[in-house]
Amino acid sequence: MHEHKGMISIWFFIGILLLFYGVVILGQGLYELSVPPERTVVLASLHIGIWWGVLLLVMGAGYSYHFRPKKG
Amino acid sequence: MLVIGAYFLMVLGIGFYLKRFTTTGEDFFLAGRDMTAWIAGLSFVSANLGALELMGWAGAAYQYGILATHWYWIGAIPAMLFLGIVMMPFYYISKTHSVPGYLKLRFGEGARATSAISFGLMTILMSGVNMYAMALIMQVILGWDLSFSIWMSSLTVGIYVTLGGLLSAIFNEVLQFVLIWLGALVISIVGLIETGGWAGMMARIQHNTGGGDYTHLWRTLGHFSDNPMGIHWTGIVLGLGFIISFGYWTTDFLVVQRVLSAKDLRSARLAPIIGASFKMFVPFIVIVPGLLALAVLPFKLVGADEAAATPGLHSYNEVLPLMLARYCGPGLLGLGITALVAGFMSGMAGNVTAFSTVWTYDIYRALIRKNATDEHYVSMGRWSTVIGLLVSIGTAYLVMRSAGIMDYVQALFSFFIAPLFGTVILGMLWKRATPAGGFWGLLLGTVSSIGMWAWVKIDPTALRYVAMSADAKAMAEDMYRALWSWLVCVLVTVVVSYATKPLPEEQLVGLVYGCTEIPGDGDIPVYQKPMFWAILVAMVLVILNIVVW
Repeated sequence: MHEHKGMISIWFFIGILLLFYGVVILGQGLYELSVPPERTVVLASLHIGIWWGVLLLVMGAGYSYHFRPKKG
Repeated sequence: MLVIGAYFLMVLGIGFYLKRFTTTGEDFFLAGRDMTAWIAGLSFVSANLGALELMGWAGAAYQYGILATHWYWIGAIPAMLFLGIVMMPFYYISKTHSVPGYLKLRFGEGARATSAISFGLMTILMSGVNMYAMALIMQVILGWDLSFSIWMSSLTVGIYVTLGGLLSAIFNEVLQFVLIWLGALVISIVGLIETGGWAGMMARIQHNTGGGDYTHLWRTLGHFSDNPMGIHWTGIVLGLGFIISFGYWTTDFLVVQRVLSAKDLRSARLAPIIGASFKMFVPFIVIVPGLLALAVLPFKLVGADEAAATPGLHSYNEVLPLMLARYCGPGLLGLGITALVAGFMSGMAGNVTAFSTVWTYDIYRALIRKNATDEHYVSMGRWSTVIGLLVSIGTAYLVMRSAGIMDYVQALFSFFIAPLFGTVILGMLWKRATPAGGFWGLLLGTVSSIGMWAWVKIDPTALRYVAMSADAKAMAEDMYRALWSWLVCVLVTVVVSYATKPLPEEQLVGLVYGCTEIPGDGDIPVYQKPMFWAILVAMVLVILNIVVW
């Protein structure tokens, strides 16, 4: 993607951040299944945090692996 | 907090990592000119996806309905395609560092100085708007102090841009682009589930707005008083679609700088087309949340002044955070807020990198110190980034006293951008345009725009002359003012050019259509040609407009 020699791809950085966000948001969503939050949101029954967390996790893992820094 | 903290750590980490790759002026100001079309294209759109886009247009969608989509479709896509297909070859072949730099090559030092100084001023003011908008969000959602937010985000942007220059800004803009989509998309998806889909949302809007037409894009533009914006279709098509949009997307150096960083001419032509294809769908994360707010919020939003004066009321600009809070629990809310912060920072970084380049190359090197070393100019670029940010912070405090963010920014666009587009487009397409014509056209176009603005401020009844209707709202006025100032610029340029001696054709090679041989795309399959993708994007644009006609 970029011709600067030896530079790590921007997509790798993005992958790492999404992976981290996926873990945090999925973890929060799962935690709320057992301990419902004090402030409920509209359509809380959809558990959107869990779905979105999984999406971020999968995207993040995919990008991190595909664009990982390679030797040489 | 964990999500936001991780984002700040990542952008700073990228800045420190990229410092080692940023040694020459070409690296610092143009990211080494070796970005792929995808990176340059995403950065091109992301630099524009700042506070104005996210908060302002979601608020505008609540205020004016689906009409706000015009700013993304007719008000952006044709201009982006035109930049890629027609104008990019001249910018790229001339090897200019900036848009004022192109004006120097084409029209001489006078036009460059006028454009560089007006651009520098506009950029700093825009940056101040971004900062203020961000600080407001932080105050509404997290209860953060306005000053703390302004200084914290400025410091972060200052560090990563000072370290890695445009390269760092572009990397972070691509990161921010992804976060903005992932953070804001949640609102549209869950919101449409709540309203029972698109048709359900439209039905609720019609019910809640009691007869005002907020749901049609073109059908209500036959008369100024038939739509919530108080605008006629001529204002949208000529003022927005032609002048403001072409002016912004083809001559505002903030966005053009991203495309100039492309590694070759084909990538530079493809980048705006890739950007256009993404831009076309941004309304889904900005306009749709504003429309959803019209459909589902149990209370009414009001103007910024009224909200500030009355405790408990929320302003239009708070649409996105209110909708985020409606649908998102703690983790997702963090991601949404991060998306907004990312948008604000990308806008700010876009402004300071463009300012730093124009200041260093077109003001400092051109007017103050002509023959310094490359190292000296890189150092000046870093210092001007810091000083630009400090001036922006001052501007942010000034904007706090101003009424509407959007109107303020639109007014700025029409002061500088519309006449600049007149000068650049005549310079590129008309051989006969002379340096004197270019300079006087630009200067008088800008002066006429400021003059019309002042006229309406002093005497509000002048609106019926400037905007052709006493019913016109602020945005309509801005559009017509842009149109008139562009016409003044073009007229003056043509008259003065015919009265002065033309430049010999050999001086115009690489700068003007008809004197420049533009390299072809070479022997590549049709689906790799910029023109193929431009036609495809244009077709999708037409279809989308028909769907919500």
